[in-house]
Amino acid sequence: MNDVAYLEVLRALLPEAVLTLTALVVLALDLSWGRHRAVPSRMRLAGWVSAAGCAVALGVIFGLSWPAEWKVPLVEISARILHYKAALLALTLAVALLAADTDFTPHAGEYFALVLLATVGLLLLVSANNLLLLFVALELASLSLYLLTALDKRQPRSAEAGLKYFLFGSVAAACLLFGFSLLYGLSGEFYLQEIAARMPRGPLVLDPILVLALALVVGGLAFKIAAVPFHLWAPDAYEGAPAPSAALVASGSKVASFLVLNGVVAVVFGPLGGNAHWGHFAAGWKPLLALLAALSMVLGNLAALGQSNVRRLLAYSAIAHSGYALLAIVTRQELALAYYVITYGLAIVGAFGVVAVVEKQTGGAALEDFQGLARRSPVLAGALMVFLLSLAGIPPLAGFFGKFYVFLEALREPAGAGGRPSLGLLYLVILAIGMSAVSLYYYLQVLKYAYRGDAEESAAPWRASLGTWVISALALAVIWLGCFPEWLLRYFR
Amino acid sequence: MLHWPLYITFAGLLLVWAVPARAAARGARVVALGVALAGLVCGWVGALRLEPQAGLVTLVNGAWVPWPAFRFHLAADGITVVLVLLTGLAAVAGVLFSWNIEHRAREYYSFYLALIGGVYGVFLSMDLFLLFVFYELAIVPKYFLIALWGSTRKEYGAMKLALYSFVGSAMVLVALLATYVVSGIGAAGGPVSFDLPALAKVAFPVSFQQWVFPLMFVGFAILAGLWPFHSWAPTGHVAAPTAASMLLAGVIMKLGAYGALRVAMTLFPQGLVEWQMPLAWLAVAGIVYGALAALVQNDFKFVIGYSSVSHMGFVMLGLVTLTTVGLHGAVLQMFSHGIIAGLLFGVVGRMVYDRAHTRELEALEGLRLARALPFAAVTFVVAGAASMGLPGFSGFVAELQVLIGAWQAFPGLTLLAGVGVMVGVAYTWRTMHRAFFSDRDAAPVALPGPLPPITWPEKAGAALLMLCTLAVGLYPRLLLDWIIPAFNSPMFEGLRKVVTR
Repeated sequence: MNDVAYLEVLRALLPEAVLTLTALVVLALDLSWGRHRAVPSRMRLAGWVSAAGCAVALGVIFGLSWPAEWKVPLVEISARILHYKAALLALTLAVALLAADTDFTPHAGEYFALVLLATVGLLLLVSANNLLLLFVALELASLSLYLLTALDKRQPRSAEAGLKYFLFGSVAAACLLFGFSLLYGLSGEFYLQEIAARMPRGPLVLDPILVLALALVVGGLAFKIAAVPFHLWAPDAYEGAPAPSAALVASGSKVASFLVLNGVVAVVFGPLGGNAHWGHFAAGWKPLLALLAALSMVLGNLAALGQSNVRRLLAYSAIAHSGYALLAIVTRQELALAYYVITYGLAIVGAFGVVAVVEKQTGGAALEDFQGLARRSPVLAGALMVFLLSLAGIPPLAGFFGKFYVFLEALREPAGAGGRPSLGLLYLVILAIGMSAVSLYYYLQVLKYAYRGDAEESAAPWRASLGTWVISALALAVIWLGCFPEWLLRYFR
Repeated sequence: MLHWPLYITFAGLLLVWAVPARAAARGARVVALGVALAGLVCGWVGALRLEPQAGLVTLVNGAWVPWPAFRFHLAADGITVVLVLLTGLAAVAGVLFSWNIEHRAREYYSFYLALIGGVYGVFLSMDLFLLFVFYELAIVPKYFLIALWGSTRKEYGAMKLALYSFVGSAMVLVALLATYVVSGIGAAGGPVSFDLPALAKVAFPVSFQQWVFPLMFVGFAILAGLWPFHSWAPTGHVAAPTAASMLLAGVIMKLGAYGALRVAMTLFPQGLVEWQMPLAWLAVAGIVYGALAALVQNDFKFVIGYSSVSHMGFVMLGLVTLTTVGLHGAVLQMFSHGIIAGLLFGVVGRMVYDRAHTRELEALEGLRLARALPFAAVTFVVAGAASMGLPGFSGFVAELQVLIGAWQAFPGLTLLAGVGVMVGVAYTWRTMHRAFFSDRDAAPVALPGPLPPITWPEKAGAALLMLCTLAVGLYPRLLLDWIIPAFNSPMFEGLRKVVTR
């Protein structure tokens, strides 16, 4: 293993350093200044400071001049990766501002410090090019997220959700670690590119250890993105977690996990893709991921149909969305993947933001609790419509272009190396588009309740709060990126 | 100037929200009427400025999304002109017929205008992708208009309609993606765009057309009420508020027929040849089935709903005759049915149902509507006559042309369609008699007082539409002068090659 120049690594990881410092500042501030104050004002203070930390980190990314291709030990920095980090930071910024509006925990400092530390883990994930750092970053993010899920101590559900998430997560981590150790054993290397260079070419099935390593790595990471059949934790975690935590689990953590899955699978196992085209199936990670994608799309969407709780509905729809995004990994189209998961992240953070407001006012997130939302707050209802229709894939919202790019790339994937575009993955695309038609049903159900006003005609309108502003901004972003997708795409070329 | 209605409508949508909450209902409808009128006038002036012989005229063509080359390409030919005018007329009449909406008026009119804007967008777009965006954009407001302001199982009707439309557009999306990918195969200089005129020049392999054409054609035709995918139409029409059913039958169903013609048939003429007979059978089945179903309904609005399925069958039949006269008739029928359906739904929904609070024909028999609401009776007689296809009304010219074309292509099947025409006369006659002119003493509905008289907005809307169907019926060249040269543009070259006569 190479010698590690720690100062250089630290310089490369300046945004992460900023966030870590902010986490410490938040803790200290809450312990000193906030000690004798009311919970809402402590949450607000910690939220604003965390948001400011994210903003500074964003400033570091866009303000400093970074080398074009910077190979530091352990991590890789390029313009593309920096922009991934910026997207994650933007999502965390929104989550922090949404959380600043809540008062579910007296541990304001700890809550926001954990949000920031989870984000540090996610940022490290997208730039790590070393198995060890990858695992450490993943665990930093995961452990923080388990705690964030369990932090609403007033609700027994929250603790249960955290425990469930933790148990499933540790098994997945064990699988992943085992997979990584097999990879190390096979290649004697920790760096992704080096391992990839030592990968055997040829049919995958000849090497049982390699097959095992692939299965374990894919399984471990599929847990993170809640792909079927590794999805069982998701509905409970989404339902029990405090809304801002759920938003972070559903957005930032997913974005990073998808990028890692794409990185590890496409880089390390690159040549062992096999073939997922109809009638030309060959063993490899492509048919494996195609199978996971198909299962996730079908099961996620069908299970979401029967949900009467909006959080669970969003959780199952998130499982379905994992299926669509997996399609982009199968075709190794990172650009389509990036656009898909980032715009998905924006919409889901916004949707959970609306859920948070509704819960705060009505005490629940059942469909009935959304009744009359349009009367009480037309802005929130309008934003919810934008988010859900974007998730359903109605143009010209961002979610539509996300799906469109993924499907287009799937159809354009050549049959063999250097081949012409073919329609070999048409079966998956048809399945995906058919399933989006199913998804429209349950998204419209939510909107129907939100716009139906029979229940309380005289209901008092809700005052605009910080959350409303954040949610409106997210809705505008979803519309804007839908009308002008190039605005986002150019950062990831 | 023909594309201004698109911008005006979306700008008007924002304007509706600028109306102060105190005067929401009155302000919103005045704004909506102004916007609809402005759209109609702009469309008209734009049409007058357009040279019918010029073929496809580009109105605006700007870069939009660089990857993978979507353009904001709006263009018009004679077919566009006809349909833009139809949309303008339906929009104006729709606002006039929803003058009594007081409940959440601002939301109502913003959904209404979003729907109209989407329709304008579809008719004007020449980029396949842009067309698709507007096409889907029209689904959502439709759902809310029905689910929130409708009647009779409104949520069921709205959801059914939304899902049918979405499944249809999902089929179109698959076909569209496949088309894009295949159009680039082989040829190095193959079009890297979704531009319709450019794609129309590509000769797609016949084996590809064989499966992609039915996918795309049926995907669009679901919205046109093609039998057996029509069942959203009657329930949707019945559940919708008056103006929404006018728009649904008047323009939304035309979106499907238009897409089938402009996209599926233009790009894949060989596929049309392969699938001509099955589709013709479906179209005739729709004509006959719709008419027979209308004959046995007891709900006034269901009669009109099924008659729409029957009349749209003529549009589909005209399209698949593969004859010049059939194609002209199909486009003319799109316009004609749009106007007539608007009138019929206006009478049923606004003039009768909103006053009598019943649509049961048996109950209406006791009300002596011809005496109570003479204007409604006159309007329905005119609309019914046009719907039956009496000479002098637009329906006659259009259906005659379709039948001539169909006779040239498949005489046997045409006889069957003729049966549909006769049943059409029967159900219209029966409905007219029972609803307005019956002297049978059925148990009268308990009404709080005399029926309120017909208001001026209703009269204005009905007069506008009656004028149109008469004008086109007496002088069809008003529209045919636009439609006939449109088919000579280079875009339809592939289609012209397979058109036999």
